Amino acid sequence: MSIPLPRGPRPAAPSALSNAVTFAWRAVLKFRHVPEQMFDLVMTPIMFTLLFTFIFGGALAGSSLAYLQWFIPGILVQTTVFNTVYSGMGLSTDLSKGLFDRFRSLPIWPLAPFAGLMVGDMLRHTIAGAIILGIGLGLGYRPEAGAAGIFASWLLLLAVGFGWGWIFIVLGLVVRTPMTVMTLGFAVLFPVTFASNIMVDPVTMPDWLRAFVEVNPISTMTTAMRSLMAGTATLGEIGLALLSPALLTLALAPLVLWLYRRN
Amino acid sequence: MQDDLAIRARGLARSFGGLRAVDGVDLDVPRGMIFAILGPNGAGKTTLLRMLATLLRPDDGEATVLGHDLSRHPDRVRGAIAMTGQFASLDEDLTGRENLVMLARLWGFSWRAARVRAAELLEAFDLSDAAKRQVKDYSGGMRRRLDIAASLVVTPGVLFLDEPTTGLDPTARAGVWRLIRGLAAEGVTILLTTQYLEEADQLAGRIAVIDHGRKIAEGTSRELKAQTGSGMLHVTPAEAAQRDHALALMGEQAQPDPEGARLSVPVADDAEAAAHLARLSEAGIRLSEFSLGAPSLDEVFFALTGREAA
Repeated sequence: MSIPLPRGPRPAAPSALSNAVTFAWRAVLKFRHVPEQMFDLVMTPIMFTLLFTFIFGGALAGSSLAYLQWFIPGILVQTTVFNTVYSGMGLSTDLSKGLFDRFRSLPIWPLAPFAGLMVGDMLRHTIAGAIILGIGLGLGYRPEAGAAGIFASWLLLLAVGFGWGWIFIVLGLVVRTPMTVMTLGFAVLFPVTFASNIMVDPVTMPDWLRAFVEVNPISTMTTAMRSLMAGTATLGEIGLALLSPALLTLALAPLVLWLYRRN
Repeated sequence: MQDDLAIRARGLARSFGGLRAVDGVDLDVPRGMIFAILGPNGAGKTTLLRMLATLLRPDDGEATVLGHDLSRHPDRVRGAIAMTGQFASLDEDLTGRENLVMLARLWGFSWRAARVRAAELLEAFDLSDAAKRQVKDYSGGMRRRLDIAASLVVTPGVLFLDEPTTGLDPTARAGVWRLIRGLAAEGVTILLTTQYLEEADQLAGRIAVIDHGRKIAEGTSRELKAQTGSGMLHVTPAEAAQRDHALALMGEQAQPDPEGARLSVPVADDAEAAAHLARLSEAGIRLSEFSLGAPSLDEVFFALTGREAA
């Protein structure tokens, strides 16, 4: 057996950006090969949308249609936050299979694999968000700010996904079984998203709960989404919504690097 | 620094919790050699390899790989090595070709050059037909070949192979052995771990035997065998019922083979072997087969550790 080993000089070391682009390409290929992953990502939010709109919507907001106006921006935030769990699961799977050992034994920018993960996440958030929004529009949801509102909301969603994504990258690095990552993720995210203003206006909640709901970052992000869709967003609202993604990034990105290199 | 050494390690150690997984190992691996680290499960082979491949930081000790210091210049070490881990380090969702193109891109090839390199490797590793299939649909042998191909995108100075044939059927194992010999013939230094004594015997120029995180012996296959004594007498009683009697006659050092039919005893020389045979004959035990040979590595391992190889 003859193996074609290259004899000449090696190619010059690629830039960090080139590495990140390669990992992003990998994320896109994964979509092509495993399109069914989208099914996992949008099934729950679709069920939530239909359930809340048609069963609870009338009782909560007077009519299903009125409730849609309230609910769609919120369910977009919830979808994005829930979907970050899947990137943690994906990372945990990669680690359990030894793929990252190969990446780590290559002379590349250490954060490049994570940049690729993030690009994959952005794609996922965009596609899942488009599907949910499409269903909302089909049911009668009408954002007052039109296309500009949708575009601005999309940018906010990407920021939310980016910031909150770090939580599950950390979990993916620490927890070695993908299923545990998911269980842990939802154990935290379910209460945090329900105790928010995504589904209902907190005015009827007991004081202690309302106090939590009002400072819950999920609520501030949802409020900003609603305002962006309605065209009434203030800088304060947007700043408040970006606070948790920014803090999470600042705190967790260095932690991810440390965890990745700790061995 | 000695130029003729690919790997030079002194006192490498690493603990996990209270367990000393690798407990002060020295290693000198000459350039261009196939060097085997032999030991049972849990001996510390993988930990040792992962330290040398920059995947684990040693708690103690030092090492150079192709002249690059492991702890001071891990990036230079990474540039000089390739590692094929125990579990396929491939993206199962991607096709074989896509995996190789991705790695070629990470090594700095242009998109076009990466595709050319991927095609060359797929061809050489007999995977062209499967190039467009997802790796999750590959057989164990195909996966292993792709995994090794993935380590050869650029020519590595040292190739680390962690249990390269574990879990493979005999045909696939023979294929991987051919591959490893071919690479060594091209001048690639190969450090492999194995728990198969036969594999070390077949492939390696030198063998280090590791047990409980320590190196307990090192040498060529022939040297290790010599440590056990000059040879082994193997006898197979014609009648199974006489086996226990024969075993008793051959003394304390005699061992039945795991399958049970054959009995083996270390002997100092042919005169001692003849004495054993005479004693069996006098007791009326007929033999269907007997032979005198150098000890197998299994027997070497037993002699070194007092335990069967796992």
